[in-house]
Amino acid sequence: MKALRWHGKKDIRCDYDVPDPIIEDARDAIIKVTSCAICGSDLHLYDGFMPGMKHGDIMGHEFMGEVVELGGDVRKLRVGERVVVPFTITCGECEQCRRGNFSVCERSNRNKNIADKVFGHTTAGLYGYTHLTGGYAGGQAEYVRVPYADSGPVQIPDGLSDEQVLFLGDIFPTGWQAAVQCDIEPTDTVAVWGAGPVGQFTMRSALLLGAKQVIAIDRVPERLDMAQAGGAIPINFEEESVLESLAELTGGKGPEKCIDAVGMEAHVTRSIDSIYDRAKQAVMLESDRPHVLREMMYVCRPAGTLSIPGVYGGLVDKIPFGALMNKGLTVRTGQTHVNRWTGELLNLIQDGQIDPSFVITHEVGLDDGPDMYQTFRDKDDGCVKVVLKP
Amino acid sequence: MNDLYHSVPARRDPAPADTLAQTLGWFSIGLGLAEALMPGTLLRATGTKSSKSMIRAYGVREIANGIGILSAKDPTPWIWARVAGDALDITTMASRSGGAGAGVALAAVAGVTALDIICAQNLRTEQERPRQPMRDYSMRSGLPRPPEQMRGAALRGATLREPALVDATPALSAR
Repeated sequence: MKALRWHGKKDIRCDYDVPDPIIEDARDAIIKVTSCAICGSDLHLYDGFMPGMKHGDIMGHEFMGEVVELGGDVRKLRVGERVVVPFTITCGECEQCRRGNFSVCERSNRNKNIADKVFGHTTAGLYGYTHLTGGYAGGQAEYVRVPYADSGPVQIPDGLSDEQVLFLGDIFPTGWQAAVQCDIEPTDTVAVWGAGPVGQFTMRSALLLGAKQVIAIDRVPERLDMAQAGGAIPINFEEESVLESLAELTGGKGPEKCIDAVGMEAHVTRSIDSIYDRAKQAVMLESDRPHVLREMMYVCRPAGTLSIPGVYGGLVDKIPFGALMNKGLTVRTGQTHVNRWTGELLNLIQDGQIDPSFVITHEVGLDDGPDMYQTFRDKDDGCVKVVLKP
Repeated sequence: MNDLYHSVPARRDPAPADTLAQTLGWFSIGLGLAEALMPGTLLRATGTKSSKSMIRAYGVREIANGIGILSAKDPTPWIWARVAGDALDITTMASRSGGAGAGVALAAVAGVTALDIICAQNLRTEQERPRQPMRDYSMRSGLPRPPEQMRGAALRGATLREPALVDATPALSAR
C-alpha cells in the first residue's frame, strides 16, 4: 500500500511498497482510510523535536475511513461502516478508561516500560507517533490497523461528509476539552495563544460555551482572520504588545482563562526569554520552548485558569512558578480524552451548530503529503489545515 | 476535490539562503566555543601570535553573533556582522602571523567571508521576491449564525461541563 513514512528529520516520504496491515488480535479492525489530516503535533516529529521515532514509521493520527476487516471479538462494528478513529488508543477496560481518562489508558501503550521511565507512568498508545507511545502505524496511509476496535472508533451516521467529521478524532475534541477545562463563566475573557487548527476549535468552543470575550493571539494574518470570523478579537504579537493589548481588553485585570494552543515549538520572538529558549534548545539543555506558558502565568488574572492543550515533550526552564503559586492559578492539561467528547460534539455537528470543515484550507492526495508537511510547517500559502485523500 | 480547498502549492525552493544562514549561525557558535575554551590550541594551529584573552573575546563575539543569527526573524544584519568580524579576524591574523599554518588559516577565513557575503546578498534577494497574495478566511466561521448569536449555544438544553465518569464508581468500589 501507499503511506507517508518518517525517514528522519524533515524527511517524510510517500512510499509505495509498504506492507498492508493485518489483523493481529481478535479486537483489531482494518480501516480503509478515506481521509486523513496533518496535525500540528505531526510537525514535532517532522522537525525532530520528539524522541523515539524510527526510520520507516508510518505517520498520522487523524484519520477516518471504512471498516474492511474485523477481528473475531469486535462486536461493535460492522464491515462497511464509516468510522472516525480517535488518536488515542484505548482499551476501554482499565481503570483510567473506565474513569473516562482515555488519554492515559493503562494498557494500550505497548512500550509501557519506556513511558514509565520517561513520564513516571505510561500514557495511552497513539497512532503514528513516537515509540514512547507504542510506535503504532499511523493513518496517513491507504489502510491502517486499529487495535481495541470495539473501544475507540466512532461510528458516523449517514449524511455527514468526511470533512465535517474527520476532526472528531483529535483537534475538535482537543479544542473543546481545552475550553471545558476552563469552566467558562458568562463573564469570562478567554485568551487563546495560537490560532492554528486546535486554537481555532478552542476559540469556537469557548464561544459556544458562553465566554463573554474570546481573544486570539498569533502572528499569521490569515489565521487571525479565521479566528475573527469565529468571534475572536485578534492580537498580532508581531505588531502589538500582548501584555498591553490584554490589559486594555480586560480593564487591566487580565483574562480569567488562558489557553496555550501552541506547545513546545513556540515561535521565537524578539523577547529575551524566547531567544534564551532557542539557544538552550539548540545546545540540548532544554527540550521545549515554553514562552507561552510564561506569558500566560504572567498575564492571567489571579485565581484564573491555565489550560494547556499544546503538546510539550520534556523539560522546560525558567518557569515563573512564584507567579503561578501566589496568584493561585489552576493548571489543567493533558492529551485529549477524545471519547469523552465525541458523542456531544457529533450532536453539535448534526444539529448544525458548527461545521468543522471551516478549518480546511488544503486538500490533496497522499502523494503530495510530503510537500504539504513543509507548507503547513512554514504556514505558507495560507495553510491552516491539510486534509489528505489516500 | 472541493473548490473551497486549495491543492498543493507549486513546489518551492527550500530557501537556500535561510539554510546557509542557519549553518553559519551554528558555525559561529562552534567556532566561538572553540575560541573561548581553547584559545592556545587555536593560536598554535593558525600560527597567530596574539594573547589568549583576545581570542577568548573573539569567541564571545562569535557566540553572540551565532545566537543572533539563529534567533532573529531576519538574520541579514547578523550575517553582515559576521562579515565585519571576519575582517577583524583577517586583520589580526595578517598582522600577527608568524607560525606554520598561517597561510592556510587565512585562506580558510577568506573562504568563510566569501560565504558570509554570498549569504547576506541572497537573503536580501529572497526578501525582495514578491510575496504570495494573502488568502481570505474572513468568512470561515464554521458557525451557522453570526458569532454573537452563537455565544453559549452549546449550553442551551444540554449539560456540557465535566462529563460524568464512565463507570468509575463500580471500578473504585470493587477495589
